[in-house]
Amino acid sequence: MARQHEDDGRSHHTGRVMTGAEIFVRSLVAEGVETVFGYPGGATIGVYDALHDISDIKHVLTRHEQGATHAAEGYARATGKPGVVLVTSGPGATNTVTGLADAYMDSTPIVVFTGQVPLRLIGNDAFQEADIVGITRPVTKHNYLVRDVTDLARTIKEAFYIATSGRPGPVLVDLPKDVMAHKAPFDYPEKVQLRSYRPTVEGHPGQIKRAAELIKGSRRPVLYVGGGAVQSNSSKELLALAEKLHCPVTMTLHGLGSFPGNHPLSMGMLGMHGTWYSNTAVHQSDLLIAVGARFDDRVVGKVEAFAPESKKIHIDIDPAAINKNVQVDLPILGDVRAVLTKLVEQVEGLDTAEWLEKIDGWKREHPLRYQTGGKIHAQEVISKLSELTGGNAVLVTDVGQHQMWAAQFFCFTLPRTHITSGGLGTMGFSLPASMGAAFGRSDLPVISLSGDGGFQMNSQELATIVEQKLPLKILIFNNGFLGMVRQWQELFWKRRYSHVEMTSPDYVKLADAYGLPGYRATASSEVEATLRRVLEYNDGPVLAEFVLEREENVYPMIPAGMSVSEMIDTPAPVAGGNGRPAEAFVVHDPALIPPLKTGVS
Amino acid sequence: MNAKPGAAATAAGEEQARRHTIAISVENRFGAFARIAGLFAAKGYNIDSMTVGPTEDEAVSRMTIVTHGDDQIIEQIIKQLNKLIDVIKVVDLTYDNFVERELVLAKVRATPQTRSEIMQITEIFRAKVVDISPQSLTLEATGSQQKVDAFIKMMKPFQIMEMARTGRVALKRDFQGEV
Repeated sequence: MARQHEDDGRSHHTGRVMTGAEIFVRSLVAEGVETVFGYPGGATIGVYDALHDISDIKHVLTRHEQGATHAAEGYARATGKPGVVLVTSGPGATNTVTGLADAYMDSTPIVVFTGQVPLRLIGNDAFQEADIVGITRPVTKHNYLVRDVTDLARTIKEAFYIATSGRPGPVLVDLPKDVMAHKAPFDYPEKVQLRSYRPTVEGHPGQIKRAAELIKGSRRPVLYVGGGAVQSNSSKELLALAEKLHCPVTMTLHGLGSFPGNHPLSMGMLGMHGTWYSNTAVHQSDLLIAVGARFDDRVVGKVEAFAPESKKIHIDIDPAAINKNVQVDLPILGDVRAVLTKLVEQVEGLDTAEWLEKIDGWKREHPLRYQTGGKIHAQEVISKLSELTGGNAVLVTDVGQHQMWAAQFFCFTLPRTHITSGGLGTMGFSLPASMGAAFGRSDLPVISLSGDGGFQMNSQELATIVEQKLPLKILIFNNGFLGMVRQWQELFWKRRYSHVEMTSPDYVKLADAYGLPGYRATASSEVEATLRRVLEYNDGPVLAEFVLEREENVYPMIPAGMSVSEMIDTPAPVAGGNGRPAEAFVVHDPALIPPLKTGVS
Repeated sequence: MNAKPGAAATAAGEEQARRHTIAISVENRFGAFARIAGLFAAKGYNIDSMTVGPTEDEAVSRMTIVTHGDDQIIEQIIKQLNKLIDVIKVVDLTYDNFVERELVLAKVRATPQTRSEIMQITEIFRAKVVDISPQSLTLEATGSQQKVDAFIKMMKPFQIMEMARTGRVALKRDFQGEV
């Protein structure tokens, strides 16, 4: 048939009859998928066979399905494109649950394809059967079981659309083995028709006008910016709004990077481990503009005491995020970028000189700082890393103390350069996620930073990283503790260190065993040289372990569920009772770095 | 005609403070019911009753959920329901004038001495006898939740041997406030 000759293997509308497996692969090509993170098995063997001949898609064989899912998240967060995972049924599918839950909490667009036992065996407790659609219903934005091969292409189209539109999130598609062997004509739909799903993109003009009115006359405004600003690529609009209003900006963990951390209007992160001045400014504000943020409990603390004097405007694409935790005065439903574009046009500059002066005073009086002396302090490694890279790097962190120090002391200046597990707080996230980020971004160095606890949760991915020759910089902070839990035990549980002390393998030897160079720094004096070696290394992945001061705490800290008035600032240095000198303070606050020339009037 | 608009409106009015009747149009697909039930379970929302059945459009099912909570919780319930991809439309009927019905089947112990009294009460409630045996009467009653409650209360002294209740279904009235 002439038609078949015309089929170059890439056309989306051949109408040619092919197997479900072929339709699957062709649909991914049609979606523009370049990278798939996966792990084959019995139920997906047919799909993998179809994948074998496709050169348009790079398949990355991870060493664990959890690694594949976090890699897809890292890819999605670094690029803004959906991450794709392909795993087998049963255990392959259940191993993706943590990654799905993580992506759901952090609104990361990923599409996970799972193999399933043949239709006739579903419900029979067949070998490697798991009801993955049932299991993942609460942790996905939507999921599907494909029962008919004629539904397959449309389902894949819908899955990608749902994952990437509105408030993004994970979608799972379950693929029974026999359905993938059945045949149907292939025709990839151009459009999605879902009468029950139509996200609001454009903000309501009346609400935007009312917001502009509400902003007028504010003397103590604060922009509180979350991950939605990054997801919607709104950095330019955000900068324009902040500069036009002369309004200080604070960011959530996921908001970091959306606004330059070294901009004079930046106050860094807010919340439990946010800067003293950002939390204080939010508390004393008369206007709080929440931009793509969800008033998470780690930001808000005690609800009744959160920004009590402020009028609150909330811009978000998810209607359910509005009035969920904190009641707001004026919601604007829509895509952050679309709303900010309109809002910037309608606002006028505010008289905030006095307010900004006050905040500058707080920045000088209560900067981010840490005590030195003894071994390596995590904060100095991060500060040095920030300085050496100039913020031109993608930093992928794990969960715990190092994550908070990175958020505090690394000066993020570009969107999509800070990737971490925020909502779910998944230890073991960094290494596989950095792998995904490295596949997505070759223009910037990608740095994975983990604690010794988190690193050991997914260290198997070192094999993948070496196999793929990824130019990753892998940093491990080793304090021999589950540091954040230990900190809470120290502060709130009478120093009863219950099961938080842990040993590590010899990381240098581990690196050697996996086939990548490994370095270790144990003294402050070695930090810079070690970081330079790692950053300058250009022959694939490289690892460095920093052996840290063991009992260091993250400050400032607002204890869980409390208000700004209970904030613990970095404790003052204590003059040694036994004749030792007071330990020195080091101030390395991104907010105090001389400002960029960005044209602030 | 059974409809007593005034009575139904009053009943709805009394419940406005806390109880809400929410009608959900949902794609008639595998798992759609589980998604909605799962949402209530996962978020810890109350369910007083939940019914589901087909509609005039075979691709659409209609669920009627009676729930209670303060305004903020009800707002969240509606938003979270709307967030589900399979959900087409969510309407909180509470603030509208609506018709609501529940059905109960009750098997009541009946002796020759009590049978006629039971049937009299049944008559008063415009309920029906749907089965009879030497020891029992099976009765069917429909009406608002209060009517069904009252019916059950009246039957209790005779001993209810077995009972099944549907939960509420509801439709918005076309005439709002002008009946």
